[in-house]
Amino acid sequence: MRQLRFLLQKEFKQIFRNRALLPIIFVVPVIQLLVLPLAADYAIKNISISIVDHDHSSYSQQLVSKVISSGYFQLADYGNSYDVAFRQIELDESDLILEIPADFEKGLIRENHQQLFIAVNAINGTKAGLGGAYLNRIIADFNAEIRLDWQDPQRFQEFPTIEIVSSNWFNPLLNYRFFMVPGILAVLVTMVGAYMCSLNIVKEKEVGTIEQINVTPIKKHHFILGKLIPFWMIGIFIFSVGLFLVARLVYGIIPMGSLGLLYGFLSIFLIAMLGFGLLLSTYSETQQQAMSVAFFFMMIFLLMSGLFTPIESMPHWAKIIAWCNPVTYFIEVMRMIVLKGSGFADVKMQLLKTIGFAIFFNSWAIINYSKTN
Amino acid sequence: MQDVVLNQITKTYNKGAVRAVDEVSFSVDKGELFGLIGPDGAGKTSIFRMLTTLLLADSGMATVNGLDVVKDYKQIRSRVGYMPGKFSLYQDLSVEENLSFFATLFNTSIAENYDLIKPIYVQIEPFKNRRAGKLSGGMKQKLALCCALIHRPNVLFLDEPTTGVDAVSRKEFWEMLAGLKQQGITILVSTPYMDEATLCERIALIQSGKILSIDRPEAIINQYPETLYAIKAAHMSKLLHDLRSNPQVKSCFAFGEYHHVSFQRSDTNQEVQLLKYLQELQHVGLEIKQIQASIEDCFIRLMNKEHAGSRH
Repeated sequence: MRQLRFLLQKEFKQIFRNRALLPIIFVVPVIQLLVLPLAADYAIKNISISIVDHDHSSYSQQLVSKVISSGYFQLADYGNSYDVAFRQIELDESDLILEIPADFEKGLIRENHQQLFIAVNAINGTKAGLGGAYLNRIIADFNAEIRLDWQDPQRFQEFPTIEIVSSNWFNPLLNYRFFMVPGILAVLVTMVGAYMCSLNIVKEKEVGTIEQINVTPIKKHHFILGKLIPFWMIGIFIFSVGLFLVARLVYGIIPMGSLGLLYGFLSIFLIAMLGFGLLLSTYSETQQQAMSVAFFFMMIFLLMSGLFTPIESMPHWAKIIAWCNPVTYFIEVMRMIVLKGSGFADVKMQLLKTIGFAIFFNSWAIINYSKTN
Repeated sequence: MQDVVLNQITKTYNKGAVRAVDEVSFSVDKGELFGLIGPDGAGKTSIFRMLTTLLLADSGMATVNGLDVVKDYKQIRSRVGYMPGKFSLYQDLSVEENLSFFATLFNTSIAENYDLIKPIYVQIEPFKNRRAGKLSGGMKQKLALCCALIHRPNVLFLDEPTTGVDAVSRKEFWEMLAGLKQQGITILVSTPYMDEATLCERIALIQSGKILSIDRPEAIINQYPETLYAIKAAHMSKLLHDLRSNPQVKSCFAFGEYHHVSFQRSDTNQEVQLLKYLQELQHVGLEIKQIQASIEDCFIRLMNKEHAGSRH
């Protein structure tokens, strides 16, 4: 025990003396949580629209003002030439064209029927899809308003309409940050495990200090524990800074569920990720190797975890990768506990899987560690 | 009593393609200062790593302090001190922190064995709060020696301790080793510097994983069979070429500011004949003198012999 205490003491001394690492431990959670949720916001706003109005009637005016006042669109140009508008799409000054035909109002009144043309710049698929959908909805609304205008008030009841009222649970204002912040917190903790822990051990290999340690009678598990415990503590610390300082003060996110369950899950997840870091370090000789391999896995862990895109919409093979990714379960549980207030019974399966990952990574790492020495 | 015994130890790398250590056998007596002398890549570090239980041999067996390096590796680790060739202490910990850290790993304290390291430690004690990374080369090496000694080992392994260290520090270091020998510690030291060989009690000359010769340094020198001459002239490279094409010369190689030459036959007028031959070839500033062979001369002779032997 005395040896383990000294190992920990030495490890913390080194971490606190590391001028580059120490600020990172404090700054990374704050910056990432402040910047990433804004960048990863899927609500598309400020779509530039060019309107080609061949009609210049009161109906076309009404439609234009309805589009602009929706808040989603910014009028890039209002004119009467489709070619001019298309040129703007080519120059990336505009994302959408709405073409209103000549005699739009006249046709609508006389023939009860009229066509509008929408052209979308589809380079950014998400923006194009959502922009087109928003515009369609606005036009449909406009259409309904016109029909209401023409109704004879007495005969109103004869047209049955279905009104849809939706109620948003768990995130009533559809605030994207409520969804992203818990996910990003999970990512932060993953990085501590995968990067810091493996780089630290590989550094001992690279500098040669591990040789000096290996000729001492110190027990292997003491050495490994001496490496894992500090980073486990740093992981918990970074998580707490993110949860209490940034998530609460900046975003007003207060976990709905039990903090004990959250931290319990975090502790086990950290053990799994530290085991992963340890595993990487047993296969790498230099920090450069460890860094490259860790980066590769981090990319997969992040993109295949359901952090940005829902796993349900992935193809089947991608789903399998996502299910083999420990980060998936932690992000899921974070969102469940923080936003929904899920209890132990709800996260039981994820907990079991994470325990499985922890055992898997750590035993593989320890087997490989003793083999190479 | 023998403190370190190697019996037919072999170590290969790259699945047998490289024979780093080739059936090496030797033994070191208790309290002896034994030198492993050989160029880079001779297999010195591999031997040290096998003896300090960091590396497993492919075949053969070895004991340290009477303990088997494979079976009893745990006990060996608390009885030996190892100073690797590369400085491998924590650069971001201070001198004192490094020392007390290693003391703890061996379940001891600085105070307990202070008397052993004192003669060395007093030299770095004024800098005990300095980070190890900020020490000079000589200081680092003293600290590394202190860390290797902190648990009062029975056997001390020093892998190229003087490589990359200035001449004064090298001299000091060998004086420290002499002091440790007085304490009864068995010391195994490796070095690529032939001039340090004479400071050991016994040496093993090693080349390409094979032991060329094991003996006291004086004995190895005395075994040198030919009379050796040092020769120099104004144009040394031309001289070397001309000497090598002379049939009376047996061997000739560059050695600092002289070329060392030995003759096929040992009669005294060889020297005069050679000078005459060289003067005919318009060499100026010729100087020749008979010299005592050094360890390096012995090494080169043994190496050439081995090389010729393996070719036939």
